[in-house]
Amino acid sequence: MVNLIWALMAIVGILYAMLNGTMDKVNKAIIESANEAVTLSIGLISILVFWLGVMKIAEAAGVLKLITKLMRPLIIKIFPEIPKDHPAMGYILSNFTANFFGLGNAATPLGIKAMQEMKNLSKSDTASRSMITFLAINTSSLTLIPTTVIAIRMQYNSASPTEIVGTTLIASIAGVTSAVLIDRYYYNKESRRK
Amino acid sequence: MSWMTTISVWIIPCFLLIVLITASWKKLPSYELFVEGGKEGVKLAFSLLPFLVGMIVAITILRSSGALGALIGLLTPVLTFIGVPPEVLPLALIRPISGTAALGMTAELIQTYGPDSFIGRLASTMQGSTDTTLYILTIYFGAVGIKKMRYALKVGLLADLVGIIVAIIIVSIVFG
Repeated sequence: MVNLIWALMAIVGILYAMLNGTMDKVNKAIIESANEAVTLSIGLISILVFWLGVMKIAEAAGVLKLITKLMRPLIIKIFPEIPKDHPAMGYILSNFTANFFGLGNAATPLGIKAMQEMKNLSKSDTASRSMITFLAINTSSLTLIPTTVIAIRMQYNSASPTEIVGTTLIASIAGVTSAVLIDRYYYNKESRRK
Repeated sequence: MSWMTTISVWIIPCFLLIVLITASWKKLPSYELFVEGGKEGVKLAFSLLPFLVGMIVAITILRSSGALGALIGLLTPVLTFIGVPPEVLPLALIRPISGTAALGMTAELIQTYGPDSFIGRLASTMQGSTDTTLYILTIYFGAVGIKKMRYALKVGLLADLVGIIVAIIIVSIVFG
């Protein structure tokens, strides 16, 4: 799907330029924007190095574990079908914590582990209620600090690159809350039908 | 909404403070740990590079040809009627499909409209507050061999929609 969208953007653009005489602009844009994108990616290094460095300390210092502990009572309520001390619960919590701190690369393997444990509980190839809740929360991404976005804003000389942290946090809390509620709604709807 | 700005300014330094005090208290080699983690940051930035080049070039072709402007112009009456800034529509549509594609679009929007413009702030908030629903469902369900997704896709996409609506509202309130 991404492949098609990506190709279509360029195809439509070039065809449109043919018909509207903007080919010179397109030609210039291709070279310049590639250069632009490389400059941008290099610029991302600063904040990614800083943030992942800080997170390494946070992890060793047990700050991540503390957050996990604080979230636990709430998460247990959201996943009523998983026994409290089942390994699935541990992986779910670690995945949420990693996502919360913008450690996407660390979060994915933990999330897959969580899914495997949930599959061991359900023993079927149909998505279980807990799996759907888990993924619903994952897809709406609760992130404390959107590091890459801040880095991009920095690159384009924002007067205040971090000013969007507050709005992002509010929007993601709303997103996660509604994910949980929408998930509950469909779950209830489906179980009533049975 | 000055408290929101205060949160935005204080959150990173305070987090850093807590982490460093805890690490020093526990006598951890914090500088060495920082460097070790930082190396992963270099790798991550370079791995993003080809994605960003590909996506930014494609969207720039579409914009510089005038096709994107024409499309946005066509949709403007409907979108402004429901309160959605038409410029962010392409981002809203691609956000659930591909994370790196959305990142490229966010960068392009910030470059075109400026990071401190309404569109720049809105794109930043949208990019940070939702994740790639289709990608996550494919990866996670695929990894453990789930064949029937049931209502997972519906929930994911509806939650994305709510996230985007909230982003528009909150950015309008705080920065509007």
